[in-house]
Amino acid sequence: MKDRAMNIGEKKDVFAELHDVWVRYNVKWILKSIYLKCYEGEILGIVGPNGGGKSTLLKVILGLVRPEKGSVQLFGRMPDKRGGLEVGYLPQISHADRSFPVTVLDVVLMGLYGRTGFFKRPGRSAKEIAMNMLSRINMADHAKESFGTLSGGQQQRVNVARALVSKPKLLVLDEPSTGIDTVAQEEFYELLAEFRDELGISVIMVSHDIGVITAHADSVACLNTQLHYHGEPDLCFKPEVMEKIYGKNLKVMIHDSRCVTCYKRHEDHD
Amino acid sequence: MIEILNLEFMRNAFMAGIMLSPVLAVVSFFVVLRRFSFIGVGVAHSAFGGVALGSLLGISPTLTALGFSVAVANGISYIGRQGKLSTDTAIGIFFALAMALGVIFIGMSDQYNVDLFGYLFGNILAITNQDLITIAVLGGMVLVSIFLFFKELLFVAFDSEVASVSGMPVAFLDHFFMTLLALSVVISIKIVGIVLVSSLLVIPGATAFQITNRYISMIVVSIAVSLAATIGGLLISYYADLASGATIVILASIIFFIAFTVGRFRKGRKI
Ligand SMILES: Nc1ncnc2c1ncn2[C@@H]1O[C@H](COP(=O)(O)OP(=O)(O)OP(=O)(O)O)[C@@H](O)[C@H]1O
Ligand SMILES: [Mg+2]
Repeated sequence: MKDRAMNIGEKKDVFAELHDVWVRYNVKWILKSIYLKCYEGEILGIVGPNGGGKSTLLKVILGLVRPEKGSVQLFGRMPDKRGGLEVGYLPQISHADRSFPVTVLDVVLMGLYGRTGFFKRPGRSAKEIAMNMLSRINMADHAKESFGTLSGGQQQRVNVARALVSKPKLLVLDEPSTGIDTVAQEEFYELLAEFRDELGISVIMVSHDIGVITAHADSVACLNTQLHYHGEPDLCFKPEVMEKIYGKNLKVMIHDSRCVTCYKRHEDHD
Repeated sequence: MIEILNLEFMRNAFMAGIMLSPVLAVVSFFVVLRRFSFIGVGVAHSAFGGVALGSLLGISPTLTALGFSVAVANGISYIGRQGKLSTDTAIGIFFALAMALGVIFIGMSDQYNVDLFGYLFGNILAITNQDLITIAVLGGMVLVSIFLFFKELLFVAFDSEVASVSGMPVAFLDHFFMTLLALSVVISIKIVGIVLVSSLLVIPGATAFQITNRYISMIVVSIAVSLAATIGGLLISYYADLASGATIVILASIIFFIAFTVGRFRKGRKI
């Protein structure tokens, strides 16, 4: 935790910037006046209640949703005007169909299609890279199996591998630990840290697991239509901030020992 | 067998069927993957408006049908991607609009010699050498296009959002595929007809789905089914004196149901 806190102190480049971004579906505003800066090499955690607009915010950053107002820059460009290799994305809900006729290896290879270029098939080197990636998530044995026959958690891990395989500059993860068992989760966050240290990869991650966010994120954005706080995780989880975002039910949401609210409760008991 | 091939119209029908089979099979692979079956129906029926306009103006009905189908296919895709209306709503609207226009055009036309029944249900007697050239050129274009953009089309079919983030030009690929679908429909009209052609955009792919779960073998099976149905259907229709388009479709359906039953049986045994 400590050395990471020091990292933040250093001057880092901004790779994504949102300036007064507003998004609505029909009449309802989902995001209001969002200002956000993401720094290179940093893990940004986004927390907030269901329907708070977290997935929408990610889609805005990725260029999948166009804001009604405001500007978005990703690597100095409009998000939908960039090549695909710089970004790996793990959606919250996979639209993939169980009967889809691809193998696990095929799915990971898709993450390299942007590099393969038009009119070409992924060659042997691409397959090697994909297999390496699968070994790192302990799924190499399943490479030749149908993607649809895997369990939900295994599919999620393969989707993570697809997002990581091109060694992107930015990794966008929408609730990556959904359905992944504790051991695999630990491995996953280790892998994330490795990638960050090796490649200086930046991460934007939505999670409901505040324990995970405090343990792994360098900074946190708390989102409920508006961005309530953006800073270091330890500071974010103050009761005032939490209550504003989640309302009074926050005890249910918070499990981490460092959580200020829980601390207060323990003190009350003593 | 040899005697059939002495008849020019049967020769033409076989050649058309053999050239169309791989085209329809490969398109149907994606139609089934993307659940576009109903789009196939809508696009095929919109060709009716085009055929009617062509005969009203006295120009090639294939050309006008091409215009109608390509426009409707892209219109459906465009409305679908705006997100407010579902594609099947768009299909419902365009389908009816194109048919209605067709009826008006036919009413306006004083030519009663247009073989409407042939366009609706197929007429292999009407396949000219010119048609064969059209099928070869447009069908070849469809096949080559899908071959060149295969991995992109596959990725978009698998997960279009992730594909978009990974740099695939999703909107372009959607319109591109819709255009290919429209081309395949129009060049198949003479052999199976507007009403029945959509089934050949579904059945080969759906049959392959029952049998295998690898995309390469799926495409191979799909082509095999398509060829078997077309050639078998033409033979049966000739000897039994049945309508050829309908025979092809019925044979394809029988092959599908056999594969479906075998597929069930195999799955059942695994458990
Ligand atoms: N395509 C859409 N059309 C209409 N409304 C939408 C659409 N997508 C999201 N919304 C609405 O936007 C709001 C925010 O959704 P979003 O998925 O961004 O929330 P979230 O914070 O990710 O929630 P969760 O924690 O449940 O994943 C919700 O109220 C949802 O109903
Ligand atoms: Mg979400």
